[in-house]
Amino acid sequence: MNVNKILKQCFGIFLTTALAMPAIAADKVKVGFVYVGPVADAGWTYEHDRGRLAVEAEYGDKVETVFVESVSEGPDAERVIAQMASDGADAVFTTSFGYMNPTVKVAKQFPKVKFEHATGYKRADNVATYSSRFYEGRHVLGLVAGKMTKSNTIGYIASFPIPEVVRGINAAYLAAKSVNPQVKFKVIWVSTWFDPGKEADAAKALIDQGADILMQHTDSAAPMKIAEERGIYAFGQASDQAAYGPNAQLTAIIDDWAPYYVRRVGDLMNGTWSSTDTWGGFDTGMVALAPYGKAVPDDVKAMAEEARKAITEGRLHAFTGPINKQDGSPWLKPGETADDGTLLGMNFYVEGIEGSLP
Amino acid sequence: MDYGLLSSILHAILVASTPLVFAGLGALIQERAGVLNLGIEGLMIVGALAGFATALSGFPLLISIVTAALAGALLASIFALLVLRLYANPVATGLALTLFGLGLSALAGAQYVGQAAPQVDAWSIPVLSHLPIVGHALFSHDPLVYLSITLAVLMWWFITKSRAGLILRAIGENHSAAHALGFSVTGIRFLAIISGGALAGIGGSYLTLVQTPLFVEGMTAGRGWIALALVVFASWRPLRVIVGAYLFGSVSIVQLHGQALGVSVASQWLSMLPYLVTIGVLAIIAKRGRGDHAAPGSLGITFKESK
Repeated sequence: MNVNKILKQCFGIFLTTALAMPAIAADKVKVGFVYVGPVADAGWTYEHDRGRLAVEAEYGDKVETVFVESVSEGPDAERVIAQMASDGADAVFTTSFGYMNPTVKVAKQFPKVKFEHATGYKRADNVATYSSRFYEGRHVLGLVAGKMTKSNTIGYIASFPIPEVVRGINAAYLAAKSVNPQVKFKVIWVSTWFDPGKEADAAKALIDQGADILMQHTDSAAPMKIAEERGIYAFGQASDQAAYGPNAQLTAIIDDWAPYYVRRVGDLMNGTWSSTDTWGGFDTGMVALAPYGKAVPDDVKAMAEEARKAITEGRLHAFTGPINKQDGSPWLKPGETADDGTLLGMNFYVEGIEGSLP
Repeated sequence: MDYGLLSSILHAILVASTPLVFAGLGALIQERAGVLNLGIEGLMIVGALAGFATALSGFPLLISIVTAALAGALLASIFALLVLRLYANPVATGLALTLFGLGLSALAGAQYVGQAAPQVDAWSIPVLSHLPIVGHALFSHDPLVYLSITLAVLMWWFITKSRAGLILRAIGENHSAAHALGFSVTGIRFLAIISGGALAGIGGSYLTLVQTPLFVEGMTAGRGWIALALVVFASWRPLRVIVGAYLFGSVSIVQLHGQALGVSVASQWLSMLPYLVTIGVLAIIAKRGRGDHAAPGSLGITFKESK
């Protein structure tokens, strides 16, 4: 917890309160957003805020949005969410996993307000959940990486061994392996979502050990910057990071929340809002890819685009059997696809990945 | 083992350790004067931002480092004013300095997020840098790595060999006695604090100029606290700060390489190691009593001039 966050929160609450006054009079739909990081983080929160701006652009005068940034997960979040609700918000989007319990708690106190919690699993009549199938994007990244690596070594900077991260590694590995049987993944767990220094050190370690393409599941752009300096390739995380690696970035997984936010606010206006559980991928537009970098050859681009199209149309699933688990025990039979339950709880490597989960 | 890899690992260890050397020396000079400054983390990140912003405006490396040092010194002078003149509790003030520095840098640095600093070229030392293995590992670095080692040697000379260093130590050991001898306790502590602030600022700027190199809020990620542990580990000796910093650096880098090589040591153990060693050193010091390796006698004690 740092002072700046407190100050920003106080300011945010002040802003929320100040903006609430005309809203009541104007009878607009008011939508609040709670962010875990600063809007300028160039990643996770930045993309949520782009979603908020899309809602404003879509509905113009009929909607009013407010947000509070850098809200730490825990008791503080509860206070901020409750404040938004009591200031007349019709819906509140809470955009981090750690807001789950505070959101559910506040929702009980404000049964008329709709709540939407990102990446969680607790729902109620007025609490919906939503997340994205980032592993679909990882599949495409894996294809590009498998095709483009010269050293057959892909470096992967991972944060924590939670299902979301493990799923990403497995999806990328399977895709890379399918186009390049020689490919190997080197995974470094840095035990942090955000430590640019450590992420940079991990990137250097992977490059020194022969990786010529980096993937990451941590939040800073440091690995991209190191890739650019060392003249190798990397994939952006959560947002287009071409600014850090104009030559290095092959593409990036972009979390595009705009289509979802626009649709849900629309439902709210029409009175058709209901508590749902959304896990959207390419098909809903919630997972998108940044423009391919200059280094990506046309045939690789075409292959990646074909895969993206196939996933979007439901013809291809990133986890299609036969797939064995790392220990050689069978997981999926030929042609079988993974069910969401297994994916959401994924806690094993697939066959072929070296090393063990921490 | 592959020699090229060994060389790269050594090179990476030096880079990862250099911010700790600067920040550790910055904490050490203050503690030798009897000032406990827990604000190193805040000083580092303010220096990190100042150096980065200067480099981004197109100034050469030297100017960026000087700016980072000045920013650290300026912030440290606030600490000095509070602690030396207003007799504020140094522990609370130091913690406040850390929080203030983190907040200030996040606020002022928001506009720099997403930009990339120009690359710093290595100064390869002729002949030596062509040696096998150690050439690239030790003699092909950016100028700041050499500066950090030079500063540690200079500080060792200053503290142990010079008269001014003797006075500094006297004030740190027993400020009342030093005051009775006619030395300006407040004045010398002020100088120690601003020099320490400048060093911490340079340490921070190494992160944004060389190691990462970009700026985001909170990017020092606890290195200021490691620096404070390092001073204890080094039992307040400048040259041991280098040894300690490189040891801390090796632990983190070897850990990363170990994972990529498939050696499974729980990374949490290695993350704990520096602190475990520090606690061990503290325990040994405590057992030996007030000997050669103990903390300066007046460390963290507020000095009020008797009128």
